Amino acid sequence: MTEPATETDYSTAELLSVMSSRILEDGKVLFAGVGIPLLAATVAQRMHAPHLTILFEGGVIGPFIEPGKLPPSTNEARTARRANMVPSPTDVLALLQRGYVDYGFMGGAQVDQYGNLNSSFIGDPAKPKVRLPGSGGGNDIASLAKMIVAMPHEKKRFVEKVDFVTSPGYLDGGTTRDDSGLTTGSMHKVITNLCIMDFDEESKRMRLEALHPGVKVEDVLENTGFEPVIPEKIETTEPPTEEELNILNELDPERMYL
Amino acid sequence: MSESYLALRERLESRDRGLRDKVMSLSEAVGLVKDGDQVALGGNTFSRTPFALVWETVRQKRKDLQIVRNITSSEGDMLLAGGCTCHYTTSWFSQGIIWGVSRVMRHFTESGAVRYDEWSHMSIGMMFRAGALGLPFMPTRVMMGSDMARLLENEIKEMTCPFTGDKLALLPALNPDVAFIHVQRADPYGNAQYDGLPFMDADVAMAADKVILTTEQIISNDQIRRAPDQTKIPFFCVEAVVEVPYGSAPHECSGMYEPFYGHMDQYAKLTRERGIDGAMEYLEKSVYAPDSWDDYLDLIGVHDLMKATKAGRRMYSD
Repeated sequence: MTEPATETDYSTAELLSVMSSRILEDGKVLFAGVGIPLLAATVAQRMHAPHLTILFEGGVIGPFIEPGKLPPSTNEARTARRANMVPSPTDVLALLQRGYVDYGFMGGAQVDQYGNLNSSFIGDPAKPKVRLPGSGGGNDIASLAKMIVAMPHEKKRFVEKVDFVTSPGYLDGGTTRDDSGLTTGSMHKVITNLCIMDFDEESKRMRLEALHPGVKVEDVLENTGFEPVIPEKIETTEPPTEEELNILNELDPERMYL
Repeated sequence: MSESYLALRERLESRDRGLRDKVMSLSEAVGLVKDGDQVALGGNTFSRTPFALVWETVRQKRKDLQIVRNITSSEGDMLLAGGCTCHYTTSWFSQGIIWGVSRVMRHFTESGAVRYDEWSHMSIGMMFRAGALGLPFMPTRVMMGSDMARLLENEIKEMTCPFTGDKLALLPALNPDVAFIHVQRADPYGNAQYDGLPFMDADVAMAADKVILTTEQIISNDQIRRAPDQTKIPFFCVEAVVEVPYGSAPHECSGMYEPFYGHMDQYAKLTRERGIDGAMEYLEKSVYAPDSWDDYLDLIGVHDLMKATKAGRRMYSD
């Protein structure tokens, strides 16, 4: 372990990537979006999880991501470099149903207190302010995997109720997710530039788990559009290390995502 | 037996499915598409997009097409701005993440002028697969509980599995009238081989009533027979074969060329700054004005073309 970096030494994207990478366990299989999810998974592979397998929804199993050549989407030739296999998107996403996939890892325009994600509409879907691109594989992954969500912590993104449930979290909380037919998969963690959140076992509401160094509970509350569960005991995360930041810089020297 | 299933079979029976030469021009091939047809597009995002076929469809001013593609990139902008479609079915729509949300898509869908049915990525694949298997639906474990399912309530049915009691979402089969598919090589009969990411093309081809194929290169039937394990689409699915080098430009074709990033940046800038007017300007200049696909490539320019080609070939050469 090298010396911890000080707070000013890293960007939001670097902080999100490092904090997310630490959650990923060795030997597991995950669907990664490009950007922070892919960076985080690659840091995890280098640091503590050499047998972590990355999937891309375009149809890729276990690619080798070349430093400096990060793919700009999850669906094109660069994602397939040195992969173990390139099935169809249908077949790679069906691995979720079969049970091969542990984690799903993505962002979204909005997330709500039950971890529901919106990437479809801002405003009323019948008369939207903005029609966003859409689900892609988001709904498939959130329906069937253990979800990690990485997002900047902003009030307009952390809302009480999303305008539209594209990718299901715990829906209306309690047992509603199970009742809808989604009996596998879960919302696991939400990683932000302020903190790490998990979900209350009963109510399924978002809960503060750990604060990043220098962040106070008030900072989280001020930037959240709902009241998260605040437990008595709150952990503090370890700041990113030089080693972790160096890996990120090597992967993305042009700072496409950092 | 349902009338729709019998009709599906009759449409195949009415086609000559013999091993015959189907080579024709781009304009003849698109001439096989009728206004109002449901048209499925192969490839994914900006990869192996049948862009030349879309380009020709816009030039021929087809109307009321129902377009289906798993993930939609700038070819969707062309069809919307060209007034060719009233109904889009896809899971994601914008040129690509790095260029932001498509203003053309926003222009046509926010006003309700064009219907955008949003399904998950796997759902689109499963609907093509059901179509390819000659089955009316596919049971899945996705879409349930989401608002997408609520907006598609007439399309999605839920059932309790008669064996296990599990709740499942049933997704209806897609059997498009036509599929546009671009591949690296095919013979004159339509036996098609493609490299790199396969996307949903095999299911799309089998689900459709007929396939219109563009290929980077036409090879002989003897060459196909030397490596039949590489053939992904059999000749009897195919109704037209058109040789179109760079037929996915400005998108990529694995092993041959990367996306024409410079051209795609320019298009993104045009529409980001001027919205639909920018897209119309692009159509005037790059779709309607050129005399041929070669002239369109000429507009993109040999420098962009060489850059994309070198990068595309280099990707797997180390």
